[in-house]
Amino acid sequence: MDVFKHIEIKEGSIYEDGVQIESFTDTDDFSAFAKYLYKQLEITYPKFYKMSNMSKLGFLATEFLLQNFEISDDEKCRVALALACKSSSLNTDTEYQKSIADVPSPALFVYTLPNIVTGEICIRNGFKGEEIMLVQEKFDREFMFQYAQILFDEGHTNLCVTGFIDYDENNIYFASLFLISNK
Amino acid sequence: MTVFIESSNIISSLGFTTKENYKNVCSGVSGLKRYVDSPFSDVPLQASIIDQDRLQLESAELTVNKGYTKFEQICILSVFKALQNSAVDIKSPRTILILSTTKGNIELLADAGAFSPDRVYLWKAANVIAGFFAASNTPLIVSNACISGLSAMLLAKRLIASKKYDHAVVVGADVISKFIVSGFQSFMSLSPLPCKPFDEKRDGLSLGEAAATVVISNKSAQSFTEIVNGSINNDANHISGPSRTGEGLLAAISHTLGGEGVDLISAHGTATPYNDNMEAVAISRAGLNQTPVNSLKGYFGHTLGAAGLLESIISIEAMKNNTIIKTMGFDTIGVTEPITIVNITSHQNINSVLKLASGFGGCNAAVLLKKI
Repeated sequence: MDVFKHIEIKEGSIYEDGVQIESFTDTDDFSAFAKYLYKQLEITYPKFYKMSNMSKLGFLATEFLLQNFEISDDEKCRVALALACKSSSLNTDTEYQKSIADVPSPALFVYTLPNIVTGEICIRNGFKGEEIMLVQEKFDREFMFQYAQILFDEGHTNLCVTGFIDYDENNIYFASLFLISNK
Repeated sequence: MTVFIESSNIISSLGFTTKENYKNVCSGVSGLKRYVDSPFSDVPLQASIIDQDRLQLESAELTVNKGYTKFEQICILSVFKALQNSAVDIKSPRTILILSTTKGNIELLADAGAFSPDRVYLWKAANVIAGFFAASNTPLIVSNACISGLSAMLLAKRLIASKKYDHAVVVGADVISKFIVSGFQSFMSLSPLPCKPFDEKRDGLSLGEAAATVVISNKSAQSFTEIVNGSINNDANHISGPSRTGEGLLAAISHTLGGEGVDLISAHGTATPYNDNMEAVAISRAGLNQTPVNSLKGYFGHTLGAAGLLESIISIEAMKNNTIIKTMGFDTIGVTEPITIVNITSHQNINSVLKLASGFGGCNAAVLLKKI
């Protein structure tokens, strides 16, 4: 198994293979931090602004993870997303819960599932391979890598984005994603 | 390595054992009812809801009537009953407990009552369930929208086939809450009448609640079913609507069948206009127009995190009894592709079933089950 790159986002900083590449002074303001990272990417993707915090976090982490990494159209059906989180979609769930008393919002409801971030990443990158969203109290990297290996061994997967994407109801965020291949 | 389904249980509006549920389905009984004064909805609600008195009675026998949420109760009861008919030891370090759910204890978000608010975390609820059985391993949790149940079953199959574990107890559950009902209402996805899968008059889904458990093992002590294969594929198209071309589901079917045929397709068949049409397109593109297709949503409603498991269990019973179950609520085909929807329950030799599911986030799953 080959690890091409590791991206970690936490406490107002982003790290590539352990080296800090961007940092932001106001570590508590995720929205401003997310907007800052989005600008650094120099991309145009208006859907980004509609996403939940968890989806923004996962989207940004994969954008940095896949920067300068070419994946052909044929290969895109062979990219798997094996992800885990701790808080599921609780951050959006709490927001949606508040909207029920007033007018329940479909735009919020759709984000009350943790695998929507998987969908967002697949839409952005055209990935049509395997996916799973697990919930873990603590990020179990070893398990996720073992699962990726099982997918590689089954023969329909060549590349795997695996790791942890968590955004909790207290606005604590943590993403740790790896791009790995079987070669 | 061959992976077997050892035993099962379903707790739903149609009963508290697999046998009871299957018997009711075969007799054409639907668990869907119209609730006029429902705490979950301001307008009348069609739903399949577990009998609360019976749940309390059966929970008291296991002493899970107090200190456990309804979600935890049905999971514990279902696992307990599935294990009663199996030699698998849930306490063994070679056994993994896997929980499949979309929303778990979500109703605690509005009012946690006597419960600790952290029970709303899925890992916390899973630990409570695993704790009841004194399971050795930390449980795994799959939360992947409406394909959670099939994903959890496939995860179990993969972990056993790769020798990480010898056995898995997979339980899927969701309970009806105002959170879930209002969300589907906000999407205009609920039908005012019992759902009509694949029918020309279908106008939305009906919700249901259930817990369903399968015990999966690398040994076939009493099994008659093998989990042959499965695949999960994303549409990469839209977060809340299925692909019109059925791209992801077609890939999942093709990977799973590998060019072979199958005797019956148990579709997701939620009875929303888009889902059923997408499935018909994928089934047709896979060249399976002549293969009988049924949906069980007319009996149980859409049971979310339980659906893939519950519908697999009923399909396994049907396979055992060489019975093809009719699609409750279906009358006249209303999808763009000519697929073969089962409209009469009949006896026919079935040796294999392809179970399908699709969900929000563009996810699709297929699992092939075979008689041994």
